[in-house]
Amino acid sequence: MRILVTVKHTPDLQSQRSFTDGTVTRTADDGTMNELDENAVEAALQIVEAAGEGEVVALTVGGPDAVAAVRKALQLGAHKGVHVSDEAIAGSDVFGTATVIAAAVRKVAEEQQVDLVITGMAALDGLTSMLPTALAAELDWSQLTLASALTVGDGEATIERHLPDAHETVSAPLPAVVSVTDEANKPRYPNFKLIMAARKAEIPVWTLADLGVDASAVGASASRTTVVDASERPPRENRVTVTDTGDAGTQLADFLIEKGLA
Amino acid sequence: MSVAVLIDHRSGDVTRPSLEALTLARGLGSPVAVWLGDAPSADAVAQLGEYGAAEVRVAEVGDEARHPAKAAAAIATATEDSSVVIVISTFVTKEIVTRLAVLTGAGVVVDAAGAELVDGKVETFQTVFAATWNVRTRIDAERAIVGVRPNTTQASPAEAPGAATVVAVAVELPEARERIVSVEPVPQEDGVPLSEAPVVVSGGRGTGGDYTLVAEFAELLGGAVGASRDATDEGWISHEHMVGQTGTTVTPALYVACGISGAVHHRGGMQASGTIVCINMDPDAPIFEISDFGVVGSLFDVIPQAIERIKARRAG
Ligand SMILES: Cc1cc2nc3c(=O)[nH]c(=O)nc-3n(C[C@H](O)[C@H](O)[C@H](O)COP(=O)(O)OP(=O)(O)OC[C@H]3O[C@@H](n4cnc5c(N)ncnc54)[C@H](O)[C@@H]3O)c2cc1C
Repeated sequence: MRILVTVKHTPDLQSQRSFTDGTVTRTADDGTMNELDENAVEAALQIVEAAGEGEVVALTVGGPDAVAAVRKALQLGAHKGVHVSDEAIAGSDVFGTATVIAAAVRKVAEEQQVDLVITGMAALDGLTSMLPTALAAELDWSQLTLASALTVGDGEATIERHLPDAHETVSAPLPAVVSVTDEANKPRYPNFKLIMAARKAEIPVWTLADLGVDASAVGASASRTTVVDASERPPRENRVTVTDTGDAGTQLADFLIEKGLA
Repeated sequence: MSVAVLIDHRSGDVTRPSLEALTLARGLGSPVAVWLGDAPSADAVAQLGEYGAAEVRVAEVGDEARHPAKAAAAIATATEDSSVVIVISTFVTKEIVTRLAVLTGAGVVVDAAGAELVDGKVETFQTVFAATWNVRTRIDAERAIVGVRPNTTQASPAEAPGAATVVAVAVELPEARERIVSVEPVPQEDGVPLSEAPVVVSGGRGTGGDYTLVAEFAELLGGAVGASRDATDEGWISHEHMVGQTGTTVTPALYVACGISGAVHHRGGMQASGTIVCINMDPDAPIFEISDFGVVGSLFDVIPQAIERIKARRAG
């Protein structure tokens, strides 16, 4: 069983973020691996551990800092890492990103077949959740998304999907793209030995040329959308805080009534 | 310009977000309703007409619509002449529109709070980074797909409502690799679903697991009950009630957070709400930073008093 896990370098949710020229500004010490990708790494490790054989490859696409996400995956137990980096990728939309990741998956598969790609349910910075579907379409593989449970066997993967109207069980033949939710498992903590090993691990950097992807097919110029304006939302004005000394419930009710909300 | 709206329906009824989406579509061009599933009732068709749909294009695809790629293929056929497709943004429709965009080459924005035409191009507005930034995006591709969040447009009937014509759309569905082995319906609670509710009253760890007061307050305000992840993890209330980045994103006119600290994951799913109120014992809880009206106090004291006061003022 060979599993590729996509990991994204995202800004720390607690830190200040901003836009420059329509794209997210990132600083070197800002951010690590998208929290929800920890569930993807965990799901992959559990499958390989249960099978008693296999390999987990962590892949990230992004600028020089993005390698931090791969190292984080290695700390958790991924066996290998790959970093795809090329200035021409900057500003790609989800379809451009899927093109790049699909090409990287094919390249990883050149040395040995890849059975599964596992992703997180969303990146907590962008949160569109569109990438797993776009990637499945691009690879023309089975799509098993939003899995809160995942089992693999007999050349097939089966997931449970908790949708608002129904709980689905869906099966599909491998190879498949699977996205897992934060309900799927409880990510492990990195162990010391792996932390040390991850620090020293050699992580190959692949460019678009290495992947055989035409630069004009990705990046800002190929993007179907453009951010034309971005501004930080101003803090709420006229905020009121009251400390309950016996009548705060009444004050709260009066506030709601005055606002026409109660 | 034809603007297609994928109609969300429950038990045959058109949901309110669909009427909001039709209202939004009227600002962009001439709305056409797209209906997947069993054919709509005469009432549903009349209502869609009232909100401006000239046509209701029906693809009777039944449960096949549960496959994102099949739903996308049906929508692609039904919207060949539409340069804009609007859907209600949910985890499920985001998968469908991604497939649709792969088929049609459209540019996509999901989780939008609105859209308008600027120089012939669709521009959308939305919040990002846990709703701390406003972003405006232009869709450059010839076709545009916009996923809009519920409660972001005020639904209103068309000024000159017409009678919508029902058009049956013959669709050829692609083979799917995926096999849906079972579908176990989630029992739907009475009242408005969380994502569509105009008022949400949420309880977190501070409730200690007792949702009686939260539910009573929600009912009085005509709202739905929400929860934090800690509360759903504890099994105090079902996962469907979870508000936040990995649960349901809500943008009601009023959000009341009771015994919720306001972790970034939670805030990201409710910060764009109209008015935010919180009740929390800890004055340093981050939820106060984004609350229009915050009460430092116990929800067990504050909610009963607020309920009593509202009832009294309504009676008087
Ligand atoms: C990847 C990831 C995704 C996540 N996604 C989500 C998500 O989508 N949604 C979400 O909610 N969380 C999410 N979380 C969890 C989130 O980080 C917080 O742990 C969670 O929101 C905290 O829930 P809480 O506010 O109920 O509990 P706490 O943080 O424990 O806060 C409880 C609050 O109740 C107050 N309180 C106690 N007693 C009373 C009383 N009697 N009256 C009034 N106040 C009282 C306390 O002062 C405290 O502020 C996610 C976490 C991770 C790692």
